[in-house]
Amino acid sequence: MIINDDKLNIGGHEFNSRFILGSGKYSLKLIEAAVKDAGAEIITLAVRRANTKESENILDFIPKGITLLPNTSGARNADEAVRIARLARELGCGNFVKIEVMRDAKYLLPDNAETVKATEILANEGFVVMPYMYPDLNTARDLVNAGAATIMPLASPIGSNKGLATKEFIQILIDEIDLPIIVDAGIGRPSQACEAMEMGAAAIMANTALATAGNLPLMASAFRKAIEAGRQAYLSGLGRVLTRGASASDPLTGFLRD
Amino acid sequence: MNNRFFVDSDKLSEKALKKKHKLETDPSVRTNHMEYMPGMEQINSDVCEKVISQMKSFDYSVYTEKDVKKALEHDTCSIDDFKALLSPAAEPFLEEMAQKASVETSKHFGNTVYMFTPLYIANYCENYCVYCGFNCYNDIHRMKLNMEQIEKEMKIIAKSGMEEILLLTGESRSMSDVHYIGEACKLARKYFRMVGLEIYPVNTDEYRYLHECGADYVTVFQETYDSDKYETLHLMGHKRVWPYRFDAQERALRGGMRGVAFSALLGLSDFRKDALASALHVYYLQRKYPYAEMSLSCPRLRPIINNDKINPLDVGEKQLCQVLCAYRIFLPFVGITVSSRESADFRNGIVKIAATKVSAGVSTGIGDHESKYSGKEQDEAAGDEQFEINDNRSLNKMYNDIEDEGLQPVLNDYLYV
Repeated sequence: MIINDDKLNIGGHEFNSRFILGSGKYSLKLIEAAVKDAGAEIITLAVRRANTKESENILDFIPKGITLLPNTSGARNADEAVRIARLARELGCGNFVKIEVMRDAKYLLPDNAETVKATEILANEGFVVMPYMYPDLNTARDLVNAGAATIMPLASPIGSNKGLATKEFIQILIDEIDLPIIVDAGIGRPSQACEAMEMGAAAIMANTALATAGNLPLMASAFRKAIEAGRQAYLSGLGRVLTRGASASDPLTGFLRD
Repeated sequence: MNNRFFVDSDKLSEKALKKKHKLETDPSVRTNHMEYMPGMEQINSDVCEKVISQMKSFDYSVYTEKDVKKALEHDTCSIDDFKALLSPAAEPFLEEMAQKASVETSKHFGNTVYMFTPLYIANYCENYCVYCGFNCYNDIHRMKLNMEQIEKEMKIIAKSGMEEILLLTGESRSMSDVHYIGEACKLARKYFRMVGLEIYPVNTDEYRYLHECGADYVTVFQETYDSDKYETLHLMGHKRVWPYRFDAQERALRGGMRGVAFSALLGLSDFRKDALASALHVYYLQRKYPYAEMSLSCPRLRPIINNDKINPLDVGEKQLCQVLCAYRIFLPFVGITVSSRESADFRNGIVKIAATKVSAGVSTGIGDHESKYSGKEQDEAAGDEQFEINDNRSLNKMYNDIEDEGLQPVLNDYLYV
């Protein structure tokens, strides 16, 4: 079945899972549920939190075989993001980096211009760069040219659990950009994750939705199923056929003779 | 009204006593508290005017049950909603407020609780603030730690596992000058991941210097935003200058500090108005400096050495909880710190609702961490405390208690960039 060969490819690295654990809320139980029940193969790690005493070091709690995705949270400009990314590499976090540059402590909205700058510098240094951005097509194209491995548009403000508030703009990125589009931030429910996957998103990053659930493992499992269902719907062509006007079974123009 | 604060030490000279009494009873001998003293930088800012005009026009008696219900229904809490939540009309809705606050806290902070400890390095003070244990007329043992002593204290604290430290001094520029504090910051960076300061307000260039020495977060308590009331409580010294204190956070941010913390000392004046002003101080500065990290504290008055009559008056635990819930609903993204002035029970409960940061292993005395942490008798004399603490749990105990509540204690969430 086609699904078996359906891998997520990020910068030449292949993954079976399309759920990525975000880093916002920090809990070791969360990591366990994300890996075991949601099937996560990539886990985001805030470098600012990894920098702690040995017994608390989150690095020690990441299971083997899991790819670490350090992020640059806390950076307010490209320079700071670059410094944090380099520090992450020194700490042994590998070559992946999620760029987060925020000049706003209230909504934590990304600064697209600084993100493009940081992406270019880090891509040139051999990082697999995954930039978090506000879904803007021009910025996305700039990020592609800067060497990004994926584009990570936000669905709605971080931690808001408000779902796909930027749906139309994410769809444009999915349609126009040849890199995997990973929807990040604001996904509050499995149904929203499913919807994004049906649209053609390559993967979902979430954290708060799991962290604040009543039953963590159960919610993690629900996300896994929702993401798989959305992906299968997308691959089956259903989503596009129904909503985006491809071939209908009884064409309206069938009467034309030549 | 202020009599609960006035205490005469028999060690004061007749001349000093006379001056003290004159300050207490005759407002005409006190300096103009709205006038800057020489050397105090004046910045051009409209934040103060915005905050104070809102505070002055705040009539909390006009809010009704209907206003409170509306405020609780809204997705985004407006300033008017916030006022309703601070009003007496909201008191019967405390549980509903706590539920809403708890949801906001978990959306923005998950189940994390950050931990820190204060380190007082000197308790000399040049001010006469009538409610404070460090005030210059209070007969306490004064002390200023030298660098060797500071390092010893830091080593003991760091050994306990603490990663964030808040350095404090009494407000004396002559006994604990900016250079002295800067050197302490440099030492602190050797032992801790994050260094905050709670010292007398300084000028922008001095904040910049302290930032370069390793401090990244500045806490200044306005005590009360009611400047007329402030005048009757801060009778002498540079702290008497109310507007210089008000602009301290803005100067700190201009000096490069990453974050700033705010508070009124609840119980000094009308706590509802002070709570409104504290939160609006954050609100308006956040709009002006959107990249800055901000947090609120909510200390209540505590007894001090030589005066056990000091108490937070009408601010009971329910009122404090109401204020904290209103803060959280109005400013869901800000950190909220609850200090060891409050009881263990209150702190265990409030971290599940609104607070995101607690102190642990606290001493408000000078140079006494070894005896407090190990029970070992003190070799050297220690300086007396600023106020009596209420929750003396160690870091380990606090850490375990937070975990037992189903929360995640976090020792560090900070990276110097």
